Amino acid sequence: MDTGVLPSERLVWQRATVDRIVEETPTVKSYFLKAPTWRGFMAGQHVDVRLSAPDGYQAQRSYSIGSAPESPEIELVIEKLDTGEVSPFFHDIVQAGDAIELRGPIGGHFTWGKADGGPLLLVGGGSGVVPMMSILRHRANVAPEVPAVLVYSVRHFADIIFRDELFERARSDKNFSLFLTVTREEVGDPRVRSGRIDGALVADVLARFGGVRPAHTYVCGANAFVDVASRLVIDMGVPFPTIKTERYGGDPARVGAGATPVPEI
Amino acid sequence: MLTTRGFFGRRPSSEEAARLPPGQYKETGFPVLSAGPTPVVDIKQWTFTLKVGPRPVKTWNWDEFNALPQTTMHRDIHCVTKWSKFDTNWAGVTIEAIMADARIEAPTEYALAHSFDGYTTNVPFKDLTGEQGMVATSYEGQPIAPDHGGPARLFVPHLYFWKSAKWVNALQFTERDEAGFWELRGYHIYGDPWKEQRFTGD
Repeated sequence: MDTGVLPSERLVWQRATVDRIVEETPTVKSYFLKAPTWRGFMAGQHVDVRLSAPDGYQAQRSYSIGSAPESPEIELVIEKLDTGEVSPFFHDIVQAGDAIELRGPIGGHFTWGKADGGPLLLVGGGSGVVPMMSILRHRANVAPEVPAVLVYSVRHFADIIFRDELFERARSDKNFSLFLTVTREEVGDPRVRSGRIDGALVADVLARFGGVRPAHTYVCGANAFVDVASRLVIDMGVPFPTIKTERYGGDPARVGAGATPVPEI
Repeated sequence: MLTTRGFFGRRPSSEEAARLPPGQYKETGFPVLSAGPTPVVDIKQWTFTLKVGPRPVKTWNWDEFNALPQTTMHRDIHCVTKWSKFDTNWAGVTIEAIMADARIEAPTEYALAHSFDGYTTNVPFKDLTGEQGMVATSYEGQPIAPDHGGPARLFVPHLYFWKSAKWVNALQFTERDEAGFWELRGYHIYGDPWKEQRFTGD
């Protein structure tokens, strides 16, 4: 079922330098990291980040990788949660040129590679889109013939991470369809739906595959979103074992966006 | 260690720090993490099977299982995703009670827990005994919610919590220490939070 690259030796902490920072939304920034000793990853995997204070106190968090494995830089996408310990540090303090420590890649389950094939159904809520983006970018690079649909639910239009790139991919890639839905406002844009993901939306999505079931379904987001979305997909006949989930771990107030490592509680 | 420019952090109190394994932070909610959708497990269909290798030794239905001697455990729990939660209360059936009811003694040193959704995780048998582990059927006095692993989950809180398999339906003795689902996917074969055994080779 899995083709994840599994570490055969210990994952060591390595130094990464922030090359540039891009504001994605008012609360989300992308951090493009250069890590000279980094040895690659599978689309969908994440890293652990470690910060160290002068007295030796350390904090660790996990962040999904948004970039494709082919990218020369590792893109971490971090949402600022005001009461958090790590994400406000990234947003308020970190600048291009700063060094942090990371180790990985982590997670041999929520991954996709060319050998896995398709069609692919990706369902992301909020910053749960981050590992989906890694998979989509990788697919576009190595297997653009694989049909893929992204269902992406956000609260407000302004919260859409990777908005321009997603619209462009949906426009230019005939094998990729985007179902973007905004839950808390009406958007006067024909490319955007309104309301929460529901059975009607999932039925439309599955119709897009032309009667073929998705071979692999990936669902990522907050726990309640993942439960609802995966249940809808199962109810439409997608087999349980073909569905992989990642749920945000930890108190949302403490954990950053894309902080979506997987192990059982 | 590389000191991070401008980082000072938010330290826990000394009392909290003493209870936090390295790299963990205190969590007050109860996050849910799992590899797949939440399976629907009806207690009318629920069974738990004790196996030696491929051979089933005994299977209990829900009523039979709940008629076994009940035990409570008050513990801190530690998730490999960095959060720890203090003072959680669980009740269920110890592995010793299960073994006694099946009238067997441990035939090997290794156990593999199985779940309704196909999940597996390995735990040395000695780590399941001596008030260290049980099959839990209640959390804080209530049935365990489905997304936290109900009706029943393994509970081995001195190891990272992925070892406490949700939706458990079998415990199997194995000849060797056989890696389970996450252990095959880069996570540590044993998973001691106090030694920070998160990933293979830690």
